[in-house]
Amino acid sequence: MTNSESNGAASTALPIHIQGLTKRYGKLHALDAVDLDIRSGEFLTLLGPSGSGKTTLLMAIAGFNRPDAGSIRFGDEEVILKPPHKRDVGMVFQSYALFPHMSVAGNIAFPLKLRGVSEKECAERVNEALETVQLSGLGERGIDQLSGGQRQRVALARAFVFRPRILLMDEPLSALDKKLRERMQIELKHLHRQLGVTTVYVTHDQREALTMSDRIAVINHGRLAQVDTPEAIYNHPANAFVADFIGESTMVPLSRDASGSLSFAGQRITDKAYEDTAEGWSLVVRPERLFLADTAGVDPEKTAVFDVTVRESVFQGETAFVLVDIGDDTELALRFGTGSAEATGGLKPGDRARVGLLREDAIVIPRERQP
Amino acid sequence: MNWWTTPASDTQVTHGDRFWLYVVAVIIMLLLVIPTFIVIPMSFSGSQYLEFPPNEWSTRWYGEYFGSAKWMRATVTSLQVGVLTMLVATPLGTMAAYALFASGHRATRAFFMLLITPMIVPVILVAIGAFYAFGRVGLNNSISGLVLAHTAMATPLVIIVITAALRSYDLNQERVARSLGATRLKAFFQITLPQIRFSVVTAALLSFLTSFDEVIIAIFVSGGANATLTKHMFSSLRDFIDPTIAAISTIMVIVSSVLLLLTQFLGRRGK
Repeated sequence: MTNSESNGAASTALPIHIQGLTKRYGKLHALDAVDLDIRSGEFLTLLGPSGSGKTTLLMAIAGFNRPDAGSIRFGDEEVILKPPHKRDVGMVFQSYALFPHMSVAGNIAFPLKLRGVSEKECAERVNEALETVQLSGLGERGIDQLSGGQRQRVALARAFVFRPRILLMDEPLSALDKKLRERMQIELKHLHRQLGVTTVYVTHDQREALTMSDRIAVINHGRLAQVDTPEAIYNHPANAFVADFIGESTMVPLSRDASGSLSFAGQRITDKAYEDTAEGWSLVVRPERLFLADTAGVDPEKTAVFDVTVRESVFQGETAFVLVDIGDDTELALRFGTGSAEATGGLKPGDRARVGLLREDAIVIPRERQP
Repeated sequence: MNWWTTPASDTQVTHGDRFWLYVVAVIIMLLLVIPTFIVIPMSFSGSQYLEFPPNEWSTRWYGEYFGSAKWMRATVTSLQVGVLTMLVATPLGTMAAYALFASGHRATRAFFMLLITPMIVPVILVAIGAFYAFGRVGLNNSISGLVLAHTAMATPLVIIVITAALRSYDLNQERVARSLGATRLKAFFQITLPQIRFSVVTAALLSFLTSFDEVIIAIFVSGGANATLTKHMFSSLRDFIDPTIAAISTIMVIVSSVLLLLTQFLGRRGK
């Protein structure tokens, strides 16, 4: 399933099994009976809004907080009572937390010296690590002589140089500017493949999570909302929270038409059968899944088509964004690639248009009362 | 006058407009410093009595001080108590400041206030309290009693200095060190302590000075063979006026000034 399982270096990696993990701060459940199996060599991202419990979970895996209940196993070994320094876990923090009173090489050698690695081997492995993060020759530099991106790489090198079986990262890229962050995302992914180490990555940035992860665990209010591959999380969100948190979406309530199919604005939305429930069902509309039904050859068997009024049309560079009114003051958002000028159809506010949605693209989720 | 009419900088009023400010500042500084420095010429007097300005000059009172077994014993006591206070208060205060910093507990502020009360309570109250408490357990007139009382006075200073140093410290450094395989103690000594070392030395010098300069508690709980230099000076002043006091004062002013300048210097290095 994951590309890293085929990697030879994955023999050093360990799976993490988390069961019933609970951490309370007063009345607040920071973690509420979390069950999560992280596969050996996998890149798993904990994604959630701030205060969702993602960092609490990461710190519990690292050993910096002691959960109130539950179990954390690295492979077959229960570690919940082990102090951090015995867990053999590499860690990268958002603030880098480099030691300013040591050189770059001193920082990277720190875990090796603690393990009694000989002076000679130490130097070799520091150089090797510097090479891996493309900082060869900068070992003698002081920390204050490095740029943000270089500091990030040193923090990384320090975290993997002692060949830990598990690598934990707490929003390591959030202090970098957008361009550098995007480059580092690709580099980190590449590094992960090279090292084959089980990696748990915390972020609140959904694009970062989608870019880097083998699997994403979406977390909210101390509970896992969904754990799956980026594609599955995006295309088949399990609930309203995930649908809303990942990607752009509009959620509208569905009703039954005369034939008993789920429908919206008089249009049958799906061919699949959904049971009647007390809450009912909602349709999640991704802006890029909608298209102008005038410009494409529309197959009415496969497509739901809506008559709309254009409210707003905005050019945003590589894409254009159009807000349409479907009647009853229900608004839908569309997003087009701007690769061809005619794709947007030159829409202006007040124009009438027809908007289509392929039934096989319809995302139907159980309706939830909004908190 | 050119200086008088030029502004202090491009965006400021002229030095002339500011003149009253300079006058006030100089007066205040003199008021602060003169009482301290007036003892210096007095200590070089040839006369039997404390007088200012002296009629004749001599260094005989320095000879008097260094030649007196009584004064020397008091000096040794003061140095001993000062060093011991420093050795107890510095680690104690550092540990307290670290605990307050690292715990993140809600009651941190309350504990901080509690720990620095000895600095806020009038010293005479601490002295009276210590005197009666030590009386019960036989610590009056002992070195250890005095060290205990002075430690209570010096620890709040250490806590304040170290707390200020830790404020800009990223505790994640210690977390990283622990994840990399260091025990918590090792992480503290190898990562945290080297980065706050200048502040620790500053705190140590300040706690030495707190004890070395202290007189009120010393009057109450030190005595006999273990009387401190300050206590001896105080009782000498009461019994007979003698320029030896001025000589000792001069030496103490120099010692204190040097140590304070040292802490200032270290404080800048630590930044």
